[in-house]
Amino acid sequence: MQALVIAAHGSHLNAGSSQPTFDHADTIRAVGAFDEVRESFWKEEPTFREVLRTVDAEEVYVVPLFISEGYFTEQVIPRELRLEGWDPDDWDSDGTSATHTTLTATDTGQTVHYCGPVGTHDSMSDVIVRRAESVTGDPEVGQGFGLAVVGHGTERNENSAKAIEYHADRIRESGRFDEVQALFMDEDPEVDDVTDFFESEDIVVVPLFVADGFHTQEDIPEDMGLTDDYRTGWDTPADVDGHRIWYSGAVGTEPLMADVVLERAADAGADVDAAIDKVRSTTGGSPASGD
Amino acid sequence: MRDDQVAAVEDAAIDGIDFDGFRLSPAGAEYHLLVGDGEPRSVADDELGVALSDHADYVTNWYYWHAVAPQKADRWAFLRWIEHAGDLDVERRYTAMGDGKFARNWGQLRITVTIDADGERRYGLRHVDDADQPDAALDSHDDPLDARTLTKYDDDSQYRPLKTAPSLQTGWQFTDLDGADLVSAVDFFYPATVTNWHRERNGDLDVSHWRETMERQTGIYGLIQTWDRGEGHEHVEWVAEACCDDSQCLKRREWQYDDETELDAPGGEGEFPCREPCSLVIAAARKWTKLESEESRTYEFELTPSEKEQIEAIVDAVADGRADEIRDADVYDGANRYRARFLRAKLFDEDGDLGGVETGE
Repeated sequence: MQALVIAAHGSHLNAGSSQPTFDHADTIRAVGAFDEVRESFWKEEPTFREVLRTVDAEEVYVVPLFISEGYFTEQVIPRELRLEGWDPDDWDSDGTSATHTTLTATDTGQTVHYCGPVGTHDSMSDVIVRRAESVTGDPEVGQGFGLAVVGHGTERNENSAKAIEYHADRIRESGRFDEVQALFMDEDPEVDDVTDFFESEDIVVVPLFVADGFHTQEDIPEDMGLTDDYRTGWDTPADVDGHRIWYSGAVGTEPLMADVVLERAADAGADVDAAIDKVRSTTGGSPASGD
Repeated sequence: MRDDQVAAVEDAAIDGIDFDGFRLSPAGAEYHLLVGDGEPRSVADDELGVALSDHADYVTNWYYWHAVAPQKADRWAFLRWIEHAGDLDVERRYTAMGDGKFARNWGQLRITVTIDADGERRYGLRHVDDADQPDAALDSHDDPLDARTLTKYDDDSQYRPLKTAPSLQTGWQFTDLDGADLVSAVDFFYPATVTNWHRERNGDLDVSHWRETMERQTGIYGLIQTWDRGEGHEHVEWVAEACCDDSQCLKRREWQYDDETELDAPGGEGEFPCREPCSLVIAAARKWTKLESEESRTYEFELTPSEKEQIEAIVDAVADGRADEIRDADVYDGANRYRARFLRAKLFDEDGDLGGVETGE
């Protein structure tokens, strides 16, 4: 028996916050990769603290649905799951390279394969590109287009920016888009000035967030000048300073995200290769770059 | 009773069976069989199948609990609890389930169970307030995953951040779940309640009291530790009274201030336990930690006795979630909207200060 637990933030205030987690869990349930799949949240139930006891399997793969390594993946989740002997050094990560470590949960005795966050997995680059395809309606989008990957950024956690830059670099190196730029809400280079960073007339803007909410549906659209008031909505594409901005909303709502969750579990030893192929075919993905 | 059920019992009989008043043990070339309050008898090996056919209920009952029901101990125990397996013998349970007489309440869930001729249980699930509703009046569901959506909003379409708040929406039903899906649906409505209930019944519920829970907090919630200053625990009494009363949460609070200091606030009468302060309590406690760090000061207002009582009525109405229920023209209720608007018009100045008295820094 093997179980998958997807660990996400959740919200006390926003009912939609948990939806991408449910959706990706359901995609994975549908392909039967695990005997059990359970969603778990910091702010909703089942909590990280109690989720392990709700699954039957002795072997559990825990995949954090978070964008970067940092406070939640290094402190909160391992502590609340009661992972005995957890030490962030076990991940041996440079800030974006955590894969997994195997520990025992003290309250249940289950073997937990604790994985790095989805946001730093290589295949996340594919999801960002897929998001660009979705928002433009063009499966070949790239030539003549700039791509902005937008992160929260925070000076408290340098890994927050690293994850964004990591994927921006990878996609830039692939040569698919004319220009690729990492931008941030809370630090330079700022998303407010998005058009300053591109020569291309068309710019796809993909925020590297797990769920749509306050930041992706209110702050970023207003900061970029897509709209004066988020409540009135905006056009896609929207004309800003002589550029056309294709704003995609949170990357985490892209169905292909389920693949990244599975890739994380596979890297940790879960027997899910067949499931990955199925998920890629049902969510419109192509093989992971670098495979 | 099916042949494969009899065959499964015959296989298990080699190691002996003692389950729910059904005893079958090998003794040389025969078996000793004792069923319910009956007389013990010996049955030859090759006549066991015939003998078992006289006790179909016991055979199908053994089969259900060993070959059909989920075997995880807590799920198994919960399904057993639903049909009162700890209190009633097989005959009484089968009669009651056959007549559709069993119903258990789990928070605001009402769980029913029926049984067919092969001992297969099927479970129904709906809101307790819908117990007497005809099936046709309720929206039917068959996928336990649907519970995740049903539990998200109350009847007024408000988001429910606390799953065990007594505000579960009505109007839905699951009519035909197997045991595994029933437990799964219950776990989506009230996550981890079954497993914690089972731990408690076995005497190994791992309760984390207020102090240890707050000491565990980091980040923005690390602040809450400063609220415990070794000057008593009255503040935690207020938290428990505010958040953990049955009117707010259907879990039965088992956590206390610490393992030596019980709280006086009622823990509630719920079927399933609460083993530590939840994330909503923690988020609220952070706000209260900040608010309660303020020193009190003296303000001077002039109020009529009725105005003082009206302010009390407004606080009560909001605290009891009653403000929306007060009828527009019920000016006899101090929390009535017109009464509140009159009070504001009379007592607040243009800056919104009560009695024209500035709050100050």
